[in-house]
Amino acid sequence: MMRYSAFSLFAQALKKHQDWPEFWPDAAPKPAYDAIIVGAGGHGLGAAYYLAKKYGIRNVAVIEKGWLGGGNTGRNTTIIRSNYLYDESAHLYDHAVKLWDGLSQDLNFNVMYSKRGVMMLAHNVHDIQSFKRHIHANRLNGVDNEWLTPEQAKAYCPPLNISPDARYPVLGAALQRRGGTARHDSVAWGYARAASGLGVDIIQNCAVTGIRRGSDGAVQGVETTRGYIAAKKVGVSAAGNTSVIMDMAGLRFPLESYPLQALVSEPVKPVFPCVVMSNTVHAYMSQSDKGELVIGAGTDQYVSYSQRGALHIIEHTLAAITEIFPFTARMRMLRSWGGIVDVTPDRSPILGKTPVPGLYVNCGWGTGGFKATPGAGDLLAYTMAHDAPHRINAPFTLERFRTGRLIDEAAAAAVAH
Amino acid sequence: MFLIHCPYCDEKRPENEFAYAGEAHIARPADPSALDDKDWESYLYIRANPRGRHHERWRHIHGCGRFFNAVRDTVSDKFESTYKAGEPRK
Repeated sequence: MMRYSAFSLFAQALKKHQDWPEFWPDAAPKPAYDAIIVGAGGHGLGAAYYLAKKYGIRNVAVIEKGWLGGGNTGRNTTIIRSNYLYDESAHLYDHAVKLWDGLSQDLNFNVMYSKRGVMMLAHNVHDIQSFKRHIHANRLNGVDNEWLTPEQAKAYCPPLNISPDARYPVLGAALQRRGGTARHDSVAWGYARAASGLGVDIIQNCAVTGIRRGSDGAVQGVETTRGYIAAKKVGVSAAGNTSVIMDMAGLRFPLESYPLQALVSEPVKPVFPCVVMSNTVHAYMSQSDKGELVIGAGTDQYVSYSQRGALHIIEHTLAAITEIFPFTARMRMLRSWGGIVDVTPDRSPILGKTPVPGLYVNCGWGTGGFKATPGAGDLLAYTMAHDAPHRINAPFTLERFRTGRLIDEAAAAAVAH
Repeated sequence: MFLIHCPYCDEKRPENEFAYAGEAHIARPADPSALDDKDWESYLYIRANPRGRHHERWRHIHGCGRFFNAVRDTVSDKFESTYKAGEPRK
């Protein structure tokens, strides 16, 4: 793997940029690996990278039924934050935010992590009380989050309308300064390139069709559209399709898959400095480095695998955005799309072992998995390497739905779904 | 947006007259105190979430207000049929 630097840029410039190597080579499946990751999104590629980098398991394959980063990694709104209420969640998401810091240097690939701040608007007494509770809980957990008056919020985000005559006046805001955005494709490509450089095989267009288990019940390998591949450890990081994969191992999961849509405007000059979310008016927005306003809100209401949703959801989202930011009313929307998000009953992920020996799972991130990409990858890798969860992901078991020890983070979603 | 046939009104109406109400044919336990943790988990949380034919409940909330069942393909999002609550699984 070529190391990118100012020197390599200069050397390639002398060759008229005709000699850049590919990011990573396309791999064909070998008969056996030490570990297989199912799903080449950010989470799965991250898990493969950390298995090879931190945990010493280098004979790894990542298998992907479509193309790399083509699922929710390429379909989200790239928001990063860790201002979650409960201790378990705060530790989990902040583990990821700490890894985002320095990820570009670690991968030798610019993931464009921008700490531009995530601001959540309070429009009523309930919002104020709820956000202040979050701020206090976050600070006790060492997660930065602060309360802003409407004037301070306006100073941080000038397009904000803080007029008391607004239909939903801004009464204050919670700001996480370490929150922000990153470039989703770069995250997938950066992890893929770095993992491949450590010897990981990345195999695209290879769908899992079955999970083979031995007489002791343990995993022996996976059947795929490109033949059988043996591995004693299989980590499933398949987002919306997790139920389908787990069904192959005879497991039924507490998951439902919903379409979640997002959209972007035409690209414009920088007009919007941070991420703003409003649960009450029900939408969120940021501006990408390309200049598009990136907009999202709630899921469609029904279970689906179609990777698209209905227009009335987008109409509702844009009605909310133009209510908060009237300047957007005359902008043209460029593209909209949908991804399939796997939602658990308590809106917290499942990350750990399964009842099948050798089968590990990372799922249930619902509408907010992108922010957790480095953390989820690291913790899935740790769990697979040690056959035991790390203390950060230990509470996020599948068994919690049986014991009743839920991590009920529904109230912490950016917008209610 | 879906056009959904309400089996009570016998009309195809737009989706925003309806509220989705989750997987269908999940029977409330007849004797709740006899259930163990595994049964409660299964009843409360485990869902089929199939890629393909899905049995689901809808409520015609801005119409007749009644619950009914539907069979829909979750890949094409196409409705196969809708039928009244209480009728056998199709």
